[in-house]
Amino acid sequence: MLSYILRRVAIAIPTLLLLIIISFLLMHAAPGGPFTSERPLPPAVLANIEAKYGLDEPIYVQIINYIGGIITSFDFGPSFKYKDRSVNDIISTGFPVTLTYGFLSFAVAVIVGGALGIAAALKQNSWLDYFAVGISVGAQVLPNFVMAPLLVLVFTLWLGWLPGGGWNGGQWNHLILPVIALSTSYMASIARLTRSSMLEVLHTNFIRTAMAKGLPYRVIVFKHALKPALLPVMSYLGPAFVSMITGSVIIDMYFSTGGIGQSYVNSALNRDYAVMMGITILIGGLTILFNLIVDILYAWVDPKIRY
Amino acid sequence: MMVDVQKMEQFAENLAAQEEVKGRSLLADARRRFFHNKAAVVSLIVLSLVVVFSVFGRTIAVWSNEEIDWGILGQIAELGAPNIENGHFFGADQLGRDLYSRVIQGTQVSLMVGVVGALIAVIVGTLYGAIAGYTGGKVDNVMMRFVDIIQSIPYMFVLILLLVVFGRSLFMLFVGIGLISWLDMSRIARGQTLSLKNKEFVEAAIATGVKPLTIILRHIVPNLLGVVVVYATLLVPQMILTESFISFLGLGVQEPNTSWGALINEGAGNMQYGTLWQLVFPMFFFIITLFSFFFIGDGLRDALDPKER
Amino acid sequence: MKFSKSYLLASVVGTALLSTSAFAAGVHPETGEKLADDQTFTYRVLDEHSSVDPAIVEDVSGSELVRNLFEGLYNQDNLGNLVPGVALSHAVSDDNLTYTFKLRNDAKWSDGKPVTAGDFVYGWQRAADPANASPYAWYMELMSLENAKEVIAGDMEASALGVKALDDHTLEVKLTQPLPYFALMTTHATTFPSPKWAIEAHGTEWTKPGNIVSNGAYQMVKHVPQETVSMERNTNYWDNESTIIDKVEALVINDENVALTRYLAGETDRTETPAGQFPRLLKEYPDQAVVFPRLCSYYYTFNQSASGPEKFQDARVRKALAYAIDRRVITDAVIQGGQFPAYTFTPAVTAGFEVPKVDYAGWSQPERDAKAKELLEAAGYTKDNPLEFDMVYNTSEAHKKVAIAMTQMWKQKLGVEVTLNNMEWKTFLNERRNGNFELARGAWCGDYNEASTFLDLMDTNSGYNDGKFTNAEVDKLLADAKSSAQPQGNYTRIEEIMAAEMPVIPIYHYTNTYMMNAQLKNWPIKNAEQNWYAKNLYKVAK
Repeated sequence: MLSYILRRVAIAIPTLLLLIIISFLLMHAAPGGPFTSERPLPPAVLANIEAKYGLDEPIYVQIINYIGGIITSFDFGPSFKYKDRSVNDIISTGFPVTLTYGFLSFAVAVIVGGALGIAAALKQNSWLDYFAVGISVGAQVLPNFVMAPLLVLVFTLWLGWLPGGGWNGGQWNHLILPVIALSTSYMASIARLTRSSMLEVLHTNFIRTAMAKGLPYRVIVFKHALKPALLPVMSYLGPAFVSMITGSVIIDMYFSTGGIGQSYVNSALNRDYAVMMGITILIGGLTILFNLIVDILYAWVDPKIRY
Repeated sequence: MMVDVQKMEQFAENLAAQEEVKGRSLLADARRRFFHNKAAVVSLIVLSLVVVFSVFGRTIAVWSNEEIDWGILGQIAELGAPNIENGHFFGADQLGRDLYSRVIQGTQVSLMVGVVGALIAVIVGTLYGAIAGYTGGKVDNVMMRFVDIIQSIPYMFVLILLLVVFGRSLFMLFVGIGLISWLDMSRIARGQTLSLKNKEFVEAAIATGVKPLTIILRHIVPNLLGVVVVYATLLVPQMILTESFISFLGLGVQEPNTSWGALINEGAGNMQYGTLWQLVFPMFFFIITLFSFFFIGDGLRDALDPKER
Repeated sequence: MKFSKSYLLASVVGTALLSTSAFAAGVHPETGEKLADDQTFTYRVLDEHSSVDPAIVEDVSGSELVRNLFEGLYNQDNLGNLVPGVALSHAVSDDNLTYTFKLRNDAKWSDGKPVTAGDFVYGWQRAADPANASPYAWYMELMSLENAKEVIAGDMEASALGVKALDDHTLEVKLTQPLPYFALMTTHATTFPSPKWAIEAHGTEWTKPGNIVSNGAYQMVKHVPQETVSMERNTNYWDNESTIIDKVEALVINDENVALTRYLAGETDRTETPAGQFPRLLKEYPDQAVVFPRLCSYYYTFNQSASGPEKFQDARVRKALAYAIDRRVITDAVIQGGQFPAYTFTPAVTAGFEVPKVDYAGWSQPERDAKAKELLEAAGYTKDNPLEFDMVYNTSEAHKKVAIAMTQMWKQKLGVEVTLNNMEWKTFLNERRNGNFELARGAWCGDYNEASTFLDLMDTNSGYNDGKFTNAEVDKLLADAKSSAQPQGNYTRIEEIMAAEMPVIPIYHYTNTYMMNAQLKNWPIKNAEQNWYAKNLYKVAK
């Protein structure tokens, strides 16, 4: 296993490099630049700005400089849009925010979704099953751009219980609405995936054998059925976890939470190249990391799996 | 040793034969089981009705999907409510256009987007994941890191470049959707395959010298279908909503045409302004369709489960 | 529970304060109105500001902050007239090329240092210096400062810029050409002073709370990116005594509907109203919904360059399309924010500008429609051979609504078939600039309050003339107007040419529609540039 992990870490580096190069080229190929605006800058002014940020160099030099900066001084460059902040600044203020509400949402989604899914599978075609499926489908079909303004309307304007936005250093009352809005659709997906894979496992011969042997139901479910049933859910959870902790532009937009989900989309819309790249690398790194963790977990769930 | 091998081969042959027989009866069996599932059957009927509505609903429409009713423009909250008399059965949107016609036309677009996206995901994602998982080793590693990269590159620029290079068209919308819809599916399929390939029936097939591609198609993929179908139904709403993002960038559906995503977005923005019908009608069709997809998905899963007898 | 408790606490503290200092702070010194205890002004901004460095700032939300944090030579009053800021007065030389500003000697930075003429020199040099790469460097050139062009191009040192400190309280500025509105331009953020010592100590991070030194009525105490900026009064400000608002908070709320919800929940004192909602809000909250004109023009531009379509080379086609748009419907039924239907490019609210009587402005809409039909038929477009073209706008709810209404008007009145295209902002700008369009949306807000800021767009060589309209007479009229003391005649003639040639279709002139806390007073609604200063605002008691 250790050698497998080492091999995976080794391949992560060329993967990230490739990601950087592809993203860099894509970004520069897209029409419009960071300094394209309603009123075009006079050529002399534009030249000064491009010289300052090194945008006047050929693209391969820019890529080499960029990667060099990261390796030698962990410098991801300045923001072209927010003049007094570097990419490191933006990520180090925004990422803790998304990490907080993303992680909480993830916990809520896994616990509630998992419980709903297992309950529904154990009592297949009972009222509990229909209830659980109903809830999860209901949560799934309410897109978060409907959910978010609805929550603000109900809890802020009508009931006056919770603030309608802002982060305020992560105070609990500012967390509730974003977490609800973000977790619901993931919760629903987890519930449905858990239900279906649980059902599949419960119908396998080895569970039937266990039942025939007269083992207590609880033992069968939690000791024997749950682990293999987790497999497809885990494949889903890896990328889902990454996308939750890297935030959601919808959440940041409606709740003014200031996470990197919004920075990511804004930097793309503003062509704020360095910020865009910084967050892309973060997302890429996390994606690679969590897929590795998922693979390790596979081997734990099903010891027969060999890489 | 000799005996062992012989025994193994015999066992495998039996097993393969068994699979063959089961393979033929499986479909009929599955159909029977599917039609015994009430929720699935009702959902199938509802979905068919939605399709019928999207195709024939226009025949009774009074307004087209783009005409502005100048008489009510500017006073939508007061005059734009659903009304049989003036022909706005579902009311009017913020610009005085007939919501009934717009919902019909949006339904066509969104159903197509949802189904095509899910189909691409099922076909490409399942095969890709099954091949990666089954082959394993370096191939698996390279194939899955490729997925990591595709998933991490700024998707928005890919869409913008598609727009600039190829111009906008319905086909490019599907290209845009197809590019990302299969990624998570391939992960799930691969994860399941890793576990499946150690199962006796696969080992047996390997032992008898069945070609890898045949094993994947005959033994792995059918056993993946349960989770694949369920996940595909989860993808449908995601694809429908992704379409509105793609359209935001300019690649997708353009005014005066619309889609559920666009209609719901507009309705949600105006929800506190006394024009709730703008949210309710598109949401209603969106929801019943997704419910139908979900229950059909579950029904299919139950019906296709090879272990279920 | 928690909320009601803290509310209770606040009111107890409030009463306590009131009883001790009611005489001093409870009443407005001039109007005698009873003031609210909590003098916090909270407003919504659409987007995070890009910078609060005066030499660098380029966006509206950043400029609003800079105007409260810093103070330039002159401020504007509620009508947009100049009032003394750091400068008390100025003298102009006979050739109109040298301006000498007399600075007040009681102006101080937030760290107690005096504000000197040298701080202005340093600030202006920074704005032009290529090393600083300010996106607003061109403003120095626009002001016609001596050597600005050369400094920006890197041909001269920043110290060569035509601005000098004769002593600590005398600033001398040299221009390359007479500029009648030069003094007006000194209310712009780019011309504000910079604290050299703070900038040298902290580099690009000098604008962060804790580092920043400013000379305005407020200083920044908190900045949470994408969420909020808090400013509190600067006790060293020379006019701190007359300032009433204690605290200013800017909250970033992207979604306009959520912004309105949060306003109604009492979280902010000011927010923009979503398109189409203003009439309803005005009815429901007559004391809070306000509307006032802005110095901006909304239009569509024809591509008349070589890459543009043949059909738009015909003035009859351009005019027919412009005539058939019922601007009343767009302003009163689509956008519904009290906008002004536009028949000229320059807004009527522009200072010193008299709206010329262009022909089609005086006709009734049926007359315009009839004329449009006639023109289009004369140009050879009929039912069997309908005019077809593409129209592009940048993605936004409001732009979409206007575009759809326009296409439907053309379709129903003239049988014109239009394909609508929306694009993400930067893509849109790029395509428009490169001439990859047939008819494109445009909008222009004045850089200063004078008609030339609009009409200059029609200059053949203007960098903003994306439709590539060319007219020798217009070019000459514009050039002459620059040095003319009475340019109105030129402007009238240009607008008449535009009505005859119709290079762009003017649609409407902007307004701002706000929801504003009824307790908040003295908002400069008559200032067309919307340069507001929190120090002039106050909140009355309920």
